[in-house]
Amino acid sequence: MNLRSILGRIGLWFAVLVIVSPAILFFLWMVSLSLKFEVDNAAYPPVFIPEHFAWKNYADVLASNRFLTYFVNSLIVTGSATALALLVGVPAGYGIARMAAHKSAIVILIARITPGLSYLIPLFLLFQWLGLLGTLVPQIIIHLVVTVPIVIWIMIGYFETTPLELEEAALIDGATRWQVFRHVALPIARPGIAVAFILAVIFSWNNFVFGIVLAGRETRTLPVAVYNMISFDQLSWGPLAAAALIVTFPVLLLTVLAQRQIVAGLTAGAVKGG
Amino acid sequence: MSALTQSTPAAAHTKTAPEKQWRPPSYWPFVVPALVVVLAIIIFPWVFTIWMSLNEWKVGSPTIFVGPSNYLRLTTDPRFIEAVGHTLVYTVLSVVLPLLLGTLAAVVFHQKFAGRGFLRGVFIMPMMATPVAIALVWTMMFHPQLGVLNYLLSLVGIPPQLWVFHPATVIPSLVLVETWQWTPLVMLIVLGGLAAIPTEPYESAQIDGASFWQVFRFITLPLIMPFLFIAGMIRMIDAVKSFDIIFAITQGGPGSASETINIYLYSVAFTYYDLGYGSAIAVVFFLLIVLLAAVMLYFRQRMLWTEIGSGA
Repeated sequence: MNLRSILGRIGLWFAVLVIVSPAILFFLWMVSLSLKFEVDNAAYPPVFIPEHFAWKNYADVLASNRFLTYFVNSLIVTGSATALALLVGVPAGYGIARMAAHKSAIVILIARITPGLSYLIPLFLLFQWLGLLGTLVPQIIIHLVVTVPIVIWIMIGYFETTPLELEEAALIDGATRWQVFRHVALPIARPGIAVAFILAVIFSWNNFVFGIVLAGRETRTLPVAVYNMISFDQLSWGPLAAAALIVTFPVLLLTVLAQRQIVAGLTAGAVKGG
Repeated sequence: MSALTQSTPAAAHTKTAPEKQWRPPSYWPFVVPALVVVLAIIIFPWVFTIWMSLNEWKVGSPTIFVGPSNYLRLTTDPRFIEAVGHTLVYTVLSVVLPLLLGTLAAVVFHQKFAGRGFLRGVFIMPMMATPVAIALVWTMMFHPQLGVLNYLLSLVGIPPQLWVFHPATVIPSLVLVETWQWTPLVMLIVLGGLAAIPTEPYESAQIDGASFWQVFRFITLPLIMPFLFIAGMIRMIDAVKSFDIIFAITQGGPGSASETINIYLYSVAFTYYDLGYGSAIAVVFFLLIVLLAAVMLYFRQRMLWTEIGSGA
């Protein structure tokens, strides 16, 4: 029996290793690509750990002033779209949960099914008429398509689990609905808001399709900027991989740090933007 | 009832009022801002898309109402029909493979071992990472001469492949990326299902001397079926709509070998700026997703009935 349980342990660890290795190896290879000079990246058989690290790949990417512009663009778009979504989505989730208006969730479902490009055609025309193309405003607005449903969906689920007794007691004491929401419901809902915030940030940050249509030269977000760096005539994999890693690093860091919230949010709502 | 809902919030503490029926209108102000946003960015685009799909609407030329002719054009557009085929192949593979691998991964992650939380975090990194960034790295890995994938194949004696650079292998290669990216989501959903299973069936199975496979086949699998179905549904919706990975790696190529509906829609609307026709594609595309979801629901329903039938 003892031998069997030891073998079972070994088997389990082997299975874990097999399952996790595609993710680990991929990201290690990404790091490896980003830290190699062209000689090493063009070598066959491939070099896994180079003799000299090409830190200059990162320096080059960061030093190009455009990249910083795009980084700031990404921050503004994701930051604004998430803040606005929380501003309207948290109260909405509260209202829907308390009214038990479950049919309104159909709209969220439609938003979830609709391909991102379907929003782009009419909104593209609208922004053109309004003369907003060339600014970041269209991207902020269209990112709401991603962030608002995530926030509402997660907050409905969360407010349905928070106890009603406290809120009823506050109402009896003469508090208004707004006061009850602000001082009773909202503080309790903080973990739910954290989950909504994290997922909205990640899916907005990652969004690509809205940017390729709506972004001009000055208004690109990072995913669009990275896409535009691809040119196959020149084989400069090092800087490209470095740029890709810089773009996705904040998200990966957030994933590992907040994996418990992310898992809770994804399994509860099973949402994904775009 | 209506008198009750009209009254002030103070009516809340009349405990005689049945909780279910008591729905005061005063929660509406909480919903109104979101309602405005949803109307503007979700409902309005939909209404406008349907209207545009009935028009000849090209950027730079006058708009003409043409009725259903955009839809009729779809039925004779070989590129669209081909794109539907690519989408279906891509979708079926991108649902089945993550479901299989995700279930396996969930069974493993359901066990207790040191560092499980951290490793689960690592395992879900592919689906949280920026799709364009990982597409870029996959493109390098697919490179026929310098890519690491052909090197890995050569280690086990398999001849080099052209991956995304050959019409016959491009869709399987893209599915490989999609599977790598989205298996974690299936794993998470199934893991939630496994956590909800009671322990009694396993105990009696152990007494009866059931094998590992029998336990999985006759106890675990039926109990996690609802979760597998949800995972399959979500996977279907996302796989049909897949854009970032395909666009960033192949842009629908080589030729049009990996052009899915979504990629074709992009070309029509934002390369040729044929917005009326693009809108018609968007509408049909949406209906196709709803249809696929309905088909899945239908089979799920039938399976439920046969399960009940055989169980009786």
